[in-house]
Amino acid sequence: MNLKSCETEAILRVALFIACYNDTLFPDTGKAVVRVLERLGHTVEFPAGQTCCGQMHWNTGYQSEALPLVKRFVEQFRGAEAVVVPSSSCVAMMRDHYPKMAAEIGDAALIADVSLLLPHVFEFSEFLIKRLGVEDVGAYYPHRVTYHASCHGLRNLGLGDGPVRLLKAVRGIDLVELNALEQCCGFGGTFAVKNADVSSAMLEEKTGAVLATGAEVCTACDNSCLMHIQGALHRQKTGVKTLHLAEILAADEGAGL
Amino acid sequence: MSGSALDPKTAPVFPMAARTAMKDGQLRRNVRHATDVIQAKRARVVAEMPDWQELREAGKQIRQHTMENLDFYLEEFEANCTRAGGVVHWARDAAEARQIIVGLVKASGSEEVIKIKSMTTEEIQLNSALEAAGIHPYETDLAELIIQLGRDQPSHIVVPALHKNRQQIREIFQREMNLPKLGERPEDLADAARIFLREKFLRVKTGVSGANFLVAETGGVCIVESEGNGRMCLTLPETLITVAGIDKVVPRFTDLEVLFQLLPRSATGERMNPYNSIWTGVNAEDGPRTFHVVLMDNARTEILADAEGRQTLNCIRCGACQNACPVYRQTGGHAYGSVYAGPIGAILTPQLQEMHHAQSLPYASSLCGACYEVCPVKINIPEVLIHLRNKVVKQNGPLNVEALAMKMMGMIFLSEQRFRAAQRMGRMAEAPLVRRDEKGEGWIGWLPGMLGGWTNVRDLQEMPQETFRDWWKKRGTHGS
Repeated sequence: MNLKSCETEAILRVALFIACYNDTLFPDTGKAVVRVLERLGHTVEFPAGQTCCGQMHWNTGYQSEALPLVKRFVEQFRGAEAVVVPSSSCVAMMRDHYPKMAAEIGDAALIADVSLLLPHVFEFSEFLIKRLGVEDVGAYYPHRVTYHASCHGLRNLGLGDGPVRLLKAVRGIDLVELNALEQCCGFGGTFAVKNADVSSAMLEEKTGAVLATGAEVCTACDNSCLMHIQGALHRQKTGVKTLHLAEILAADEGAGL
Repeated sequence: MSGSALDPKTAPVFPMAARTAMKDGQLRRNVRHATDVIQAKRARVVAEMPDWQELREAGKQIRQHTMENLDFYLEEFEANCTRAGGVVHWARDAAEARQIIVGLVKASGSEEVIKIKSMTTEEIQLNSALEAAGIHPYETDLAELIIQLGRDQPSHIVVPALHKNRQQIREIFQREMNLPKLGERPEDLADAARIFLREKFLRVKTGVSGANFLVAETGGVCIVESEGNGRMCLTLPETLITVAGIDKVVPRFTDLEVLFQLLPRSATGERMNPYNSIWTGVNAEDGPRTFHVVLMDNARTEILADAEGRQTLNCIRCGACQNACPVYRQTGGHAYGSVYAGPIGAILTPQLQEMHHAQSLPYASSLCGACYEVCPVKINIPEVLIHLRNKVVKQNGPLNVEALAMKMMGMIFLSEQRFRAAQRMGRMAEAPLVRRDEKGEGWIGWLPGMLGGWTNVRDLQEMPQETFRDWWKKRGTHGS
């Protein structure tokens, strides 16, 4: 993209859907999203009534608990120019299931609202690459990093090499490719406790691959996978950290790494 | 596992069976190796097809159209097969199918049958029914022979003995074929099997097969295979008995053009199967004199009636989802307690049991979507898994710990105030469990009850003192 198109790109009012678990467990990811978007010249809003997209309930089979959360999300974000979500699995939840859920509720206005709103909902890296058309967001991060492609980002959203292109544009970074990139880390929400042994075995393969890269940091577009991977890396006292992609892109000389 | 049938009615729940299976290091190495090899082969032959995605869509359309008009195409098949000299039987369930087949074998006057690999005959546990009636079945597919001689059970739809390596197969052959000096080179094992089987092919007068496809337009039945044992069983016996689920029908002969491209590439990573047999009724000059086909429902009509579960019936049994599945990769097939293992088994088995058994299977998935990605007829397996989980939740009712916790979480997410309060309470509740590591960070290394599954191998970082929404609120008051 040339500079001219950068200058003519309108300033967007971005509504941030942080996701319930990021809000509670990973506030730094949200702060990083705000920092990156503001650095690029956009304004960020945070609708205060937002809670959860309903993924945990829906995927575990609790459909009647998940359905009202569709309506809540629409009420909070209706009319937004762009909704940015730093969690690939939440965006997959909305795109893959909200239209069907709205239809099941049978509320014509909700069905219309969902179909109007969904094209404006973006996963964070997807927003940068596809909506804004930027790869270099002015980040500086002089560390050895490997990228884990979360399943929902990889398969449901088709993020492809977008996150890697963003990382390659980070100054100072030493990006190393993860072996068996497309393999699930074994989190899967309640799967990790319902099938703890299988989940652990899957995780062992993933952490093995992470350690083999010699990276200091494993990043992804989804903190749920990272929480899972980090849990084992910490237990094994490896010293390897996990960090959401937004936090790497937010880092710059002034950020005090 | 050996000896006892894979019966979803009596199988242990998946997490328990998986734990047992994962203790077998040899099995895990065999499964990983085999699935890696097949996956790599599949990837190569799929990548060379410029229209693979269009083929998948065509396959899906053919199967979906068939299911939407299944009654019509089944009757068309019956009429055309009968006209060509075949005898069509209808079986409501497994028991009826077994009864019909045993009766037909007895009527053929044979006390032995040669069999082509068929998951449908495994589904109805045909071999034990035959044995109980004094009829000896000989499996003629190499892998099924290994399973039969080893008194084992199939662990994969296409490669049933994938959990055994060459040394283990040699031991079985040495013992069961009385060949103490047998070597372990692939050609040694193949030669032993060939000599063992050739005599059966030439002697036994009755054959039993499954079917890959039933062609409604012609009344033809189709089997694809790699070893030629199928061709022997289809042509040498005097009586041939085929059993097929009613989901195996396709409308037209030309539909096979699509399915013959999708199936071998997905199943074994081959461009086409070495042996593609299609036979239509009987021919006075050649082949079996008597041909029966048993069309079996066995809960497929119930699956068809469920708009969301219906796509399960589109399956063409290629096994690609099993090879791609990271869960199957860890456990192998036996843990699923059914002849249908892996992702397709996790959706098919509970539905074949009309949701009375195997309710742990829909949860045997991280919903990673690798199965959907490789499925040649685009069955959205994760979507069906979620649908079946919902059925399980409804069956279990509201009065259990998980349902109550989920209900409470649902209430919390419907109110900002309640959500904030829950965040605060979470911090208080976890405080007694938090320990400081050498860097001074707070981590939880033990959690009670079911959550202990997490902390068996993972730590959990303590909740930060400030949530994002608190930070945002503070920031808003004095700007950024």
